[in-house]
Amino acid sequence: MATRMSTRLLVTAGAAALALTVTACGSSGRTTGSGSGDGTLVWALTQGSEATFRASATEWNKAHADSKVDYQFFQNDPYKQKLRTAVGAGNGPVLFENWGGGALADYVKAGKVADLTPDLDKNPEWKNRIFPSVLKSATIDGKVYGVPVNGVQPVVLYFNKDLFQKAGAEPPKTWDDLLALVKKFKAQGIAPISMGGASKWPDLMWLEYLVDRVGGPDTFANIAAGKKGAWSDPAVLKSAQMIKQLVDAGGFARGFTSVSADAGQAEAQVYTGKAAMILQGSWGYGTIASGSPKFVSEGHLGWAGFPAVTGGKGDATNIVGNTANFFSVSAQASAKEKKTAVSYLKDGVYNDSYVDSLLKNGDVPPVKDLDAKLKTTKNADWTTYVYHLTRDAKSFQLSWDQALSPALGDALLTHLDQLFLGQISPQQFCAQMDQAAAK
Amino acid sequence: MTLTDASKAPPGRRGSGDGPPFLMALPALLLFALFALVPMAIVVYLSFTRWDGLGSPAWAGFDNWHEALTSDVTRHALWLTLKMMLISWAVQTPLALLLGVFVAGKQRYRALLAVFYFVPLLISTAAIAIIFKNLLDPNFGLGATLHLPLLDKDWLGDPQLAFYAVVFVIAWQFLPFHTLLYQAGARQIPASLYEAASIDGAGRIKQFWHITLPQLRYTIVTSSTLMTVGSLTYFDLVFVLTGGGPGYSTRILPLDMYITGFQSNQMGLASAISVVLVAAGLVLSLALVRFSGFSRMRSQQAGM
Repeated sequence: MATRMSTRLLVTAGAAALALTVTACGSSGRTTGSGSGDGTLVWALTQGSEATFRASATEWNKAHADSKVDYQFFQNDPYKQKLRTAVGAGNGPVLFENWGGGALADYVKAGKVADLTPDLDKNPEWKNRIFPSVLKSATIDGKVYGVPVNGVQPVVLYFNKDLFQKAGAEPPKTWDDLLALVKKFKAQGIAPISMGGASKWPDLMWLEYLVDRVGGPDTFANIAAGKKGAWSDPAVLKSAQMIKQLVDAGGFARGFTSVSADAGQAEAQVYTGKAAMILQGSWGYGTIASGSPKFVSEGHLGWAGFPAVTGGKGDATNIVGNTANFFSVSAQASAKEKKTAVSYLKDGVYNDSYVDSLLKNGDVPPVKDLDAKLKTTKNADWTTYVYHLTRDAKSFQLSWDQALSPALGDALLTHLDQLFLGQISPQQFCAQMDQAAAK
Repeated sequence: MTLTDASKAPPGRRGSGDGPPFLMALPALLLFALFALVPMAIVVYLSFTRWDGLGSPAWAGFDNWHEALTSDVTRHALWLTLKMMLISWAVQTPLALLLGVFVAGKQRYRALLAVFYFVPLLISTAAIAIIFKNLLDPNFGLGATLHLPLLDKDWLGDPQLAFYAVVFVIAWQFLPFHTLLYQAGARQIPASLYEAASIDGAGRIKQFWHITLPQLRYTIVTSSTLMTVGSLTYFDLVFVLTGGGPGYSTRILPLDMYITGFQSNQMGLASAISVVLVAAGLVLSLALVRFSGFSRMRSQQAGM
C-alpha cells in the first residue's frame, strides 16, 4: 500500500511539474498587457539614450492618455537574443530598437517588420527632417523599415594634441601623411596608433574607410548586393594591401591584437600619452572624457576625419560608422497599436524636448537645422563637428558587420583579424571572403 | 552505464527485492528527460534544418552535416579541442597529484598553504577570465607594469601564445579542484602501508612510487575523466578571455557552436556541431570507463 501511495504521489507531482513548465511556456501572451502599463509596448536598450526615452514616454503619455507607450529596457547583448527569440515566437513588442542593416533585413525577410514607407510619404515634414544618409541604413529594397531615434556615431580619428605638438606634426590629410607620421612617432618611442584589436570590430573601421576612399561607396554596395567576386574588387584588394603596409610599418601599438575595445584600454593609451592616434566611433569621445576629464577639458584631445587616398575614387567627406539606432514597428501589431506607434515616432521622437535631452547626453541626432541648438551645448565644438561631419557627408556607410548578414559579418571579422595578424595575405583575404559570401 | 554495471554485478550479492526501488529514480529521470533528452532530440531535428531563429525551420537534409564535417573552421575547432584536452590533462594531472599528496600531510604549514591553493576554486570563471585578461594585457598588465621581460609578452594577442595562455589559465582555475580529489585520495591510504615500507627500508621516493601512486590509481581515473570530459565544455573562460581569437587560434568546438548559433544565427549548423560535441563526450567517457577498469573497481584494501 505504501508503495502504491508513493507511486501515485510521484506521478501526480511529476504531472504537476510538467503542467507548470508547459503553462509557463505558453502564458507569456503577446505584446500589450504584459509589462507595467497598458500602452503600446516598446523594447529599448539601457545604454545610451535610456534617459531620453524615459523622459519622452512620460511626456507623451501625459498628452495621449488613449494611446500610451510603455517602455521596457534591456541590456545590449542579452537584448539581441531576447528580441530574436520573442519576435521569432510571435511574442515581440510593437516597437523595438535595432541597428538597421543586415540584422533588420533578417527580420524583414521573415515578414516580422511593418513597412513605414507609406506613412513617411504621407508626412513629408517627418521624412524630410531626417538625414537621408541615415535613413538608408533601415531601407531594404527601397522600403523604409525603421526610423532613427538617437544620435549618429560616425568614426573619426582622435589624436593627442600634446604629442603632435612635441613632434611638430599635423593631423594626417592623406594616407602618405599617415605613413610619415607612423615613422615619426615610432622614432620617438611613441606608438603611432592604438587599437582594441581583440574585439575585432575596430579592425573593420580601417577597411571600411580605405575601401571607401580607394573605390568609393559603390564597392561596398556591390558587396552588400551579394555580387559574385565583389570581395576581389581591386579596391578591396588594394585596401587590404594598405592595411598590411600599415601593420608591417609598425603603425599599431604593440600588442594591439590582445587589447579589448570594451574596457577603454585603447583610448587610455592615447590620453596617457602612450599612443598618438586612435580611429574610433564618436562614442570614443565619451570614453576619453570619462577616463580623463582633464585631458578633454584642457583641450589636449584633437579630432579629424579619415585621411584621403591620393588617386582614390571616394570623396573625402564620406564617413562610416553606426548611423544611429532605429525603432521598427512589428508587422504583427494590431491596427490601433500600429497607429499609436507611428504617431509616436512622428511626433514623440525628435521633437524639441527630445532633441534637447539627446544633446544634453552628448548625442547628436541626424535631424536638420540643429546649428543654433548645438551652440548652447556643453561640448559645442565637438557636437558641432560631429553634426557637420554627418550633414555634409556624401555617403554615410553603416558598419559592415551590421550591414551584412550576421553569418557573413562574423566571417569578415575573423578573416580581417587574420589579415591584421599577418596570418593571411591580402589576396587570401579577398579569396576567402568571396568564398564565405558565396555560401 | 549504471544499468550495465548493475547487470554485471555478481549475482547473489544483491537480491532482486533488495536495494532502493526504481521509483526513487523516477523524479530524476523525469527531469532528465524533460530538460536533457527532449532538448537533445530537438537539437538533432534542428541539425537537419536551416533556421535563423526567426522564421520556421526549413528542411535542409544533410547540408548542415556536410558543412560541419567538411568546413575548415569546424575541423580546426575540433582539433583545437583535442589539443586543449590532451595538453590540459598533461599539465594538470602531475601538478594536481603532487600538490594533493603534499597537502594531504598533517603538518600545520601544509594546511596553511592548502588554503592558498584553493583560492581559485572560490572565484567565478568570468571573474578569473577578466582578472587574467588584465594581468596579461601587453600595455597595462603585469609584465609591462613591473618591467619583467619574461612576462612582457603579447600573451593573448599572439596566435601562437594565446592557446597556451588559455591552457595556463584553465589549469590555474581547475588545479585546486583536482588537488582536492588527490588530497582526499591520499588521506585514504592506510598509514600501516607506509610503516611497513619504512621498516623494509623504502625511502620517501620509493614509497611514493610503490604505495601512493598505485593506491591513487582510481583517483587518477576519476580526475582524468572529469578533466577530459570537462574540457569539452570549456566555454565561459575562453569566451571572456579571447572570444576565440586572435583569428581562429582559440576557437574551440563549444565556442564555434556558440558563435555559429548565436552570433551568425545559423541554428541548424550549430545544432549539428553540438551533436558532434555530445557524441564526442559520450564516446570519450565510455572509452575511459572501459579502458581504465573503472567498472571493475574494487577495494584495494582487501585483507588489510
